[in-house]
Formats: sequence, structure tokens, C-alpha cells
Amino acid sequence: MNEQRPLLGTAVLYLLAALVVVISVYPFVYMLATSFKTGTALFDTSLLPKAPTWRNYDQLFHGHQPFGRHLLNSIMVATVTVAIALAMGITASYALGRIRFRGKSALLLAILAVSMFPQVAVLSGMFELMQAIGLYNEAIGLVVPYTIFTLPFTVWVLTTFMRGLPGELEEAAIMDGCGPVRIIFQVFMPLLWPALVSTGMLAFIGAWNEFLFALTFVNDDAQRTVPVSISLISGANAYEIPWGSIMAASVIVTVPLVLMVLVFQRKIVSGLTAGAVKG
Amino acid sequence: MNDRTRTAWMFLAPMLVLMAAVAGWPLARSVWFSLTETNINDMSASRFVGLDNYFGAYGLFFNPNNTDGFWASEWGTSIRNTFVFAICSVVLETLFGLGVALLLNQEFKGRTLVRTAVLVPWAIPTIVSARMWGWMLHDQFGIVNQMLLDWGVISHKIAWTADPSFALWTVVGVDVWKTTPFMALLILAALQTLNKDMYEAARVDGVHPLRVFFRITLPLIKQPLIVAVIFRLLDALRIFDLIFVLTSNSSSTISMSGFVRNQMVDNGNLGFGSAASTSLTLIILLTTVLFLKAARVKLSEGAS
Repeated sequence: MNEQRPLLGTAVLYLLAALVVVISVYPFVYMLATSFKTGTALFDTSLLPKAPTWRNYDQLFHGHQPFGRHLLNSIMVATVTVAIALAMGITASYALGRIRFRGKSALLLAILAVSMFPQVAVLSGMFELMQAIGLYNEAIGLVVPYTIFTLPFTVWVLTTFMRGLPGELEEAAIMDGCGPVRIIFQVFMPLLWPALVSTGMLAFIGAWNEFLFALTFVNDDAQRTVPVSISLISGANAYEIPWGSIMAASVIVTVPLVLMVLVFQRKIVSGLTAGAVKG
Repeated sequence: MNDRTRTAWMFLAPMLVLMAAVAGWPLARSVWFSLTETNINDMSASRFVGLDNYFGAYGLFFNPNNTDGFWASEWGTSIRNTFVFAICSVVLETLFGLGVALLLNQEFKGRTLVRTAVLVPWAIPTIVSARMWGWMLHDQFGIVNQMLLDWGVISHKIAWTADPSFALWTVVGVDVWKTTPFMALLILAALQTLNKDMYEAARVDGVHPLRVFFRITLPLIKQPLIVAVIFRLLDALRIFDLIFVLTSNSSSTISMSGFVRNQMVDNGNLGFGSAASTSLTLIILLTTVLFLKAARVKLSEGAS
């Protein structure tokens, strides 16, 4: 249908496409630009900094807030959360995706319900639990509340992938005397790892970005994760908010994600659609 | 129980036990707390008060001290804010998402580039997007006010995030910016499963494109569209982080989740806060059921 599109239509199409690109990318570029400005240059709204400087970045790591420590906390929490979710998700999704048994639909529905749950619903009970097991105020303790949303999500998405794997492969493996564990880890694994990568990445992003639990269950400055860290950067008064530093911290947190999403965009989109459209 | 079934439950056991421990138990305890008067600093001194937190003299509902009516109370405001936010943002995201998806479904040079660019807002963490827009919408030095002034759209600078008559709409705008890509990608995935021949036939017959859209495209993507809308709606109804950071936790834009956290953490009323969080959960559940009824979809169809 491409060749018969009228000229006006083509012009409108490209205009809209350009508009979409500008609206999507401009704020990010502006944030990047701001992160290289200091002092009065901040109040100049031009996109190219006249005197670009690394000072904002430098200050982040040498200021009174241990931003480097916060970064490490975030990486650690997100990695452990994803590892737990994947480890349990693989076997659970095999059971849900490949084995027929009574109560499966109800279980799937329950899993979906949990992943859609408002986080505040468990806030007070989780507060008590975290204190009871001694993980309150510890960065690594955030793995506990994060599992509430990463595990059901991982199981749900991996189940849709498991369901799509060829049945002949499994039958042949069973004929050869393979048990379920060998089927998962030796027969299915080569087909499954792209799904694991995309699911793991989405779960990682979820844990990396989480704010409510991180704000509520960690008070100790050294134990904070980056979203809370960024939300707390402030100056002595409303006119001294260090916007340059805030933007520099934001860039550090965002650039890896943006790169990851751009490189793996096809896998991520397929993970998202498996998680939602087929739901 | 045959071998396969036993394997299934064995494989599910670790996940089920963990979910019961980290989700089931805290949820049950939260509901229990909602029936007590408990202070966050001394949780052992908890006192059972029945439904007082919900319907008592200082309860959430039918509170006689709300002389200005329920909707003027902080809890009422938070419910109204949450629903205004959820409905407006989901409607706008669906419309814009549909538009962007239809655009990306066309064949043109640079389509891949546009699709990549669209992913950028989605990849930016919510907190970062809140602070980034907070800076761009800054009342004194923000680029948005500067641009609008230069173009003559406004005559004086606006405090987008602080002025109560703008703040909630600013939140809606920022959320639409960030989440439209998600909707667009889901809708695009649905569009790409559609049969091209049908469109060819419609074009040969000279059917108007708008008619094609409303008569063919929309009915065919209805199911995935509704699922996507439900996901977004559930997500929007539990909004906390964007409002908390962008409008500095101000009382004019507070959401239900924000109200819960304020009561529990800032005021220390764990019991009262739990009553609010339990009510929030029930309200979300009710909304979902009503929405599903209205849209006439059964969630179990997809899960089978």
C-alpha cells in the first residue's frame, strides 16, 4: 500500500513521526545537557552547554551523599532479586506451561492477581516481617518485598514461553528416558535462554526502579538505593536545589537502562507482550 | 496422583512457599492490623478495635468530624485524585498509544528509528522522569515556561507542580509521556498479527480508511486492547512514586497509596493506615470487576 499513498499523506506521516521522536527524546537530551552545566549556566535553556563540565558528576561521588554506595546497593538488590525470581520461575513455569493438572487455571489467575496487587496493601505486614527477620534498614532486605512483584511476573512470562516450545522435543526426550529436570536444563535451555534474558531484564528494571518499599524500609543513608537517593538530593532551600547534580545522577541511573532497552528492544517487546497481551 | 502431577507440584512448591511467606502472610497481617490501633514505633502494644478504623468516629468512612463532607477529607481527596489521575491518564495513553501504534504500523523510511525513540521514555525510571520534568517545569527557570512565554501561549510563568489547579494535570501529563510507549508497543504487537489481505481488499473496494479502522481494525484488536487497558488501570490506581516526587507529597495531589504511607510512616498510625490500604485494595478489586463486566471479557479465557 506504500506506493499509492498521496504526497500530502506522506508529508503528514513524516511530520507526525518527527513529532513523536522529538517528544520522546527531547526531555532525555535536555537532562543530559543540564547535567554538564553548573552555576548560572543552568538557567540558560539552550541545549548545548557553553562551558560543559564534569563537576556535577564529580560532586556526586565526592559529596556528602554516598552515591557510589547507593549505586552498588541498587545493583546488588536488583541482581539478587532477579536470580531468585529466575531460579524459582524456571521450574514453576515448566509445571504451569507443560504439565496438565487440576487447579492450574486457578493458580495462574492467582499469580496474575498477585502481580497486579497494589504494593501498599502489604506495607504494614511487610514492615513487621522485615523487623522480625532483622532485614529492616538493610539494602539487601529489599529483596524480600521485591520478590512479591518480580516472581509472579517472571513465572507468568516464562509460562507463556514454555507453552510455546515444541511438544515433539519433550516427547522425544521422555522416550529417551529424560526426567523433567534434564528436560528443562538440557533440552529446553537452549531454546529458553532468550526468554530468560528478556524476562530477567524486565524484572531487573522493575527492581532497579522500585521506590515505595525502598523509601519505607530503609532509613540508613548508606543502605539506600538510587531512586530514593535521587529523590532526596536537595539543597538548603528551594532556591538552592542542585539541579545539575540531580540531572547527573539521573543520567547515570538511566543511561545503562536506555542502552539495554535499545540493544535488546526486540526481546524486551516480546517479553512485554507475552506478559500482557496473552494475559 | 500420577508422576507428572507430582512433578508439577514439586516444581511449584518453592515458589508457592516463598509467595505465601512474602505476600500472603504480610497481606493477612495488614488486614489484621486494620482492625487494631497500632503505633509503628511500638507494634507490640496493639489494641483490637474492630471496624473503628473504617467506620468509627475517626474512621475512613462516615466520619462525623468531616463537617465539609467526605470528599473534602484528606482520604476523600486522595480517592478523587487517584481516580481522576487513573481515568484521565489511561484514556489519554490509550488514544495516543493507538495513534503511535498506527503510525508505527505504516511502512516508511526510518520506522525502526522512530520505534527505538519511542522506547526512550519507557526506559527512564519513574523517579528520574519525575525529577527531570520537575526541572523542565520549574516555575522560574524551567524550559517549558520559557518556551510557552516565547511562543506567547502564556503571559506569566506557571508553577506547574505547586499550583493546586495545575499540579494533578501536570502529573497526568508526565505519566502520559512516560507510559504511552508501553501502550503503543502492546497495541502495535496486536496490529501486526492482523491479516494484510483484508486491508488490501478494503482498499481495492475503495472503503474509506476511517471506516476500515472502526469496522475492521478496532473490533479485531479489541481483546488485547482491553487487556492492556486493564493492566494500565490497575497500575495507575496504585500510583505513588510520580506524585510523591513531582509534587513533593503535597496534600492537594495526594493519591490513595500516598495517603496510606503518610498515615503509616509519617503519622505512625499503622492500624489506620492498614485500614486505608485494605480499602484501597477492595476499591481496586471492585473497579476491576466492574470494568471487566462492562467490557464483557473473562480473564480466565486468557489464562486457560
